[in-house]
Amino acid sequence: MFHIMLFVPVVFTIIYKILPIPAGVLMAFQDFQPGLGFWKSAFIGLDNFRKVFRLEEFSAALRNTLIIAVGKIAGNLFVAVVFALLLNEVPSRWFKRASQTITYLPYFLSWVVVAGILIDVLSPGNAASPAGLLNNFLMRLGIVREPVYFLGSNRTFRATMILSDIWKSFGYNAIIYLAALTGIDPTLYEAAAVDGAGRWKQTLHITLPGIAPFVALMTILSIGSILSAGFDQIINLYNPIVYETGDIIDTLVYRLGIGRQQYSLSAAIGLAKSLVSCVLVLLGYKIADKYAGYRVW
Amino acid sequence: MSFDRKSPGRKLFLVCNYVIISLITLSCVVPLLNLLAKSFSSSSAIIANRVTIFPADFTLEAYDYVLNNTRFWNSLIVSVKRVVIGVPLEVLMTILVAYPLSKSESAFPARKYYVGLFLTTMLIGGGLMPTYFIVAKTGLIDTIWSLILPGVVPVYSCIILMNFFRGIPGELEESATLDGANQFQIMTRVYLPLSKPSLATVTLFSLVGHWNSWFDGLIYSNFDRNYPLQSYLQTLVVSTVESLRTADLKKIMDLAGVSNTNMKAAQIFISLIPLMLVYPFLQKYFTTGLTLGSVKG
Repeated sequence: MFHIMLFVPVVFTIIYKILPIPAGVLMAFQDFQPGLGFWKSAFIGLDNFRKVFRLEEFSAALRNTLIIAVGKIAGNLFVAVVFALLLNEVPSRWFKRASQTITYLPYFLSWVVVAGILIDVLSPGNAASPAGLLNNFLMRLGIVREPVYFLGSNRTFRATMILSDIWKSFGYNAIIYLAALTGIDPTLYEAAAVDGAGRWKQTLHITLPGIAPFVALMTILSIGSILSAGFDQIINLYNPIVYETGDIIDTLVYRLGIGRQQYSLSAAIGLAKSLVSCVLVLLGYKIADKYAGYRVW
Repeated sequence: MSFDRKSPGRKLFLVCNYVIISLITLSCVVPLLNLLAKSFSSSSAIIANRVTIFPADFTLEAYDYVLNNTRFWNSLIVSVKRVVIGVPLEVLMTILVAYPLSKSESAFPARKYYVGLFLTTMLIGGGLMPTYFIVAKTGLIDTIWSLILPGVVPVYSCIILMNFFRGIPGELEESATLDGANQFQIMTRVYLPLSKPSLATVTLFSLVGHWNSWFDGLIYSNFDRNYPLQSYLQTLVVSTVESLRTADLKKIMDLAGVSNTNMKAAQIFISLIPLMLVYPFLQKYFTTGLTLGSVKG
């Protein structure tokens, strides 16, 4: 009976999730031509990988991926934890709920929609249209004199990606830490108050150690995503001017594969990325299991 | 704590806290309101920078345009189709995977092989190009099934539901077995009625996933009449600097014709209506899903 239940899902999983793996391995060692297919395309050994490592775009993409991913992991963590701590100190339940409802709204929007909003909000303006909301605001406060071209300059692009990602997801990420905060034993606070510890000391010595395991766990589990700097976001927000700082592995794989029809090069990079990510994810699970008893299955 | 709440330092902190949280919360909602206001404003008011979070020169011109835009309606129909077919199918697959895998190794000795299969798909992605060719080989290009079948078994949802099933007391299964029920009956008559919150969570995951997906529509369709709403929005929102596979001069001209800010804004907002309708449920069930799925034990 169990086998019958699993039959259909397993078939689909094998076709669309498992089969692409050997197909990708094959393609990575071939000079793949769609007309010839998987069986007749010429086998060229490691040539694709050699080409990839000589590709200037690849080293830039790798560097950008790591910088943006690490920035996002650290930034998301920091902002979500701080926001959860601040929200936890709010006495008014109504205010807390309203703020939460609004702050995790952006999480549910697709990156296409968010890109539509950001392109407008971050616009430096031109002859035909005024500067966007943020540039307007920054200039009015006198923080900048000239409008900043957030999405069109290599100086600001990476930071814009990191900050906009944080903007989109901190409200949602904060949920986990808020849940952890409510799980802290209230008698600990009472005991500390009796001992004369103020709120700041309580935060330092009870709250932070209380959520530290969660913070550690979430960080460990995000190790696996270090080579994924956010395809949906960057493909919708970058442009050739900022390829130098904004191109990531996944967007390069996309451009090589779909745009330039370099199927095998694209597959080779995809395969290398997949293998490294897999090792990192396994490592993360292993550490999480060992120190936090966290198990996926 | 009570003595400490009265202290002036505490008061100052609370005031600052309210201000900071309010500003953060505003930063999440103001860009959205600004865009909403723009969708109700005339182009000239937008160019003159007179739109804030309230419309200037109120007009329904943009919505009028959208209502008469066949490309918009076409893609809306594709999106509705993928949700109506895709969501029930995904939930069904999730149940069929989660139920058998929620059993212990002794009750279902082959469990570990199936777990291995699904775990593999979590660890190694097939890669863009290999997956594309498999989807093409199975004849799905330009059909609605290309948007549904490749991701029809959502492993993350399976884990959430499986964990929920595990929490249901085994005695219920035993007594049903004594009454002569087979595993399929136990699943449908005992487990599923008890799992409504969890089923709601995975349904919402699937719903939001389908509604927000845009990349599959873009790469698996040769004709833009097959684009779901988010793929259509993507071509609208993102500049066409990067030559997409399907882009030609005529299309770029078409895009230039409709890329007025208020029209873009109107289309983005219509695409958000379904999300807004389910948002109260999202809030309720996504949080439970989050804590169920990722922080257990």
